[in-house]
Amino acid sequence: MKHLLSTEDLSLANAVRILDTAEEMAAVGEREVKKLPALRGRTVVNLFFEDSTRTRISFEAAAKRLSADVINFAAKGSSVSKGESLKDTAQTLAAMGADAVVIRHWASGAPHRLAATDWIDAAVINAGDGTHEHPTQALLDAFTMRRHWSKLAGTPSAGADLKGMRVAIAGDVLHSRVARSNVWLLRTLGAEVTLVAPPTLLPIGVEKWPCAVSFDLDETLAQGVDAMMMLRVQGERMNASFFPTTREYSRRWGFDDNRLRALDTLGLKDTIIMHPGPMNRGLEISAAAADSPRSTVLAQVRNGVSIRMAALYLLLSGDTREPATTVTASAAASHAANPNLTYSHQESH
Amino acid sequence: MTSVPSAPGPAKVVLTRVVLNQADIDRALTRIAHEILEANKGSQDLVLLGIPRRGYPLAVRLAAKIAAADPTVDAAAIVGQLDVTMFRDDLSHQPTRPPYPTQLPRTGIDNKVVVLIDDVLYSGRTIRAALDALIDLGRPRIVRLAVLIDRGHRELPIRADHVGKNLPTSSAEKVRVRLEETDSVDGAPVNEVVIEATA
Repeated sequence: MKHLLSTEDLSLANAVRILDTAEEMAAVGEREVKKLPALRGRTVVNLFFEDSTRTRISFEAAAKRLSADVINFAAKGSSVSKGESLKDTAQTLAAMGADAVVIRHWASGAPHRLAATDWIDAAVINAGDGTHEHPTQALLDAFTMRRHWSKLAGTPSAGADLKGMRVAIAGDVLHSRVARSNVWLLRTLGAEVTLVAPPTLLPIGVEKWPCAVSFDLDETLAQGVDAMMMLRVQGERMNASFFPTTREYSRRWGFDDNRLRALDTLGLKDTIIMHPGPMNRGLEISAAAADSPRSTVLAQVRNGVSIRMAALYLLLSGDTREPATTVTASAAASHAANPNLTYSHQESH
Repeated sequence: MTSVPSAPGPAKVVLTRVVLNQADIDRALTRIAHEILEANKGSQDLVLLGIPRRGYPLAVRLAAKIAAADPTVDAAAIVGQLDVTMFRDDLSHQPTRPPYPTQLPRTGIDNKVVVLIDDVLYSGRTIRAALDALIDLGRPRIVRLAVLIDRGHRELPIRADHVGKNLPTSSAEKVRVRLEETDSVDGAPVNEVVIEATA
């Protein structure tokens, strides 16, 4: 892997490899010395054109635990506000010797642009672009689900996928890059995904996505759900009347106390409630649901660091002169089997 | 298009020589197990940490032999696995290596006599990485090193305390340890050490 731009073209082998590596990284977080020397001397730039706390801090913690040097760049207060283009910013960072760029941008496709051009010769990690993708969030969600799923099955999580797991994703799918990344990744891992949203908050063409679509949260819950993921209602992107009132939204599509109780009456004792954060308590998720033992919100944050460590390690540790592969012996085979790995940088030389 | 005389890629193996068979490996491990007990004056505070991949099965075998020699020892309680991937000094010159799990015995390694176990001792760089990994996990009282094969060509001031077999080799040769826990030949379990000379 050279870049991590989207989950849509991530192969099953690569997805499982990232999850397995994250499993080892998670063990580091429980040790006394929470640091590995693997990326000593490498520089990771956090390039954030959009506000973010947890993703940026998570990437920063991940890079620091791997001993990389971290440079934080926020568009606010930088030359971007003086009108500097993405190209010039990227070339500036390249001149400073960045080995990896973690980019969040309000424009869908900005990370692809950075990866596909010769502006900067560094690994690019998409930390959320517009309403397109947020691959590390989907990976950490899958990691959280996989731990839960294999704990239920009583099997080790390493090497496992999510075959047979029923996942419902409810809320503002239209604006959610988290939902998109999750749909592609969970499909690859073999889970059955149902999107639940008011019709106004579903994108055009959703019927072609590899998932089911429902307009009724109670009906979906009644059919049985193993993981219930609530999406944030993105107030900053609500530029039209997508639903009449927040109260109506919360009643019909929010995970409120009644639905929390319904999980027990429906016999879904092992269902987890997930939220990518930040939460609008009382809107898409009630405080009781967010703080219940079913809630994995904090586990997701914790797992985020492990996933980002795994991504940084896998992208940055390999031989930079050659496409990175799993095992030397199977190098040729895995190269052929994973055409969706992005080798754009190497092949352009 | 002109043909390249020596194309890069896996060099052709021209000669394979078995230097240790199953019985030889077993005898060497039995001796090392007794040497470990002798050097430690018993089994007290012993922890055996195998380095993935093939050091770990060797550690498990050694623990079983130590338990056989000293009935007070619970083999499963003294053996663990120590992954050194993240501590290697060649991470940026090699294809990406997936990390293996690190599993310590429940007693931990603080104030223990830790015996690191690996299959082949060559440059000494793996052991250097293992020492760094160990320090991040705790503070053992003593660290010793046991290897099945010592093939020389050290690049660091590191030596083994217990050696199964000293094997003088040329650096053009490859020493391959195959254990039934990790390897098979045509689906059949295999326990042997071979030297491969490459052209």
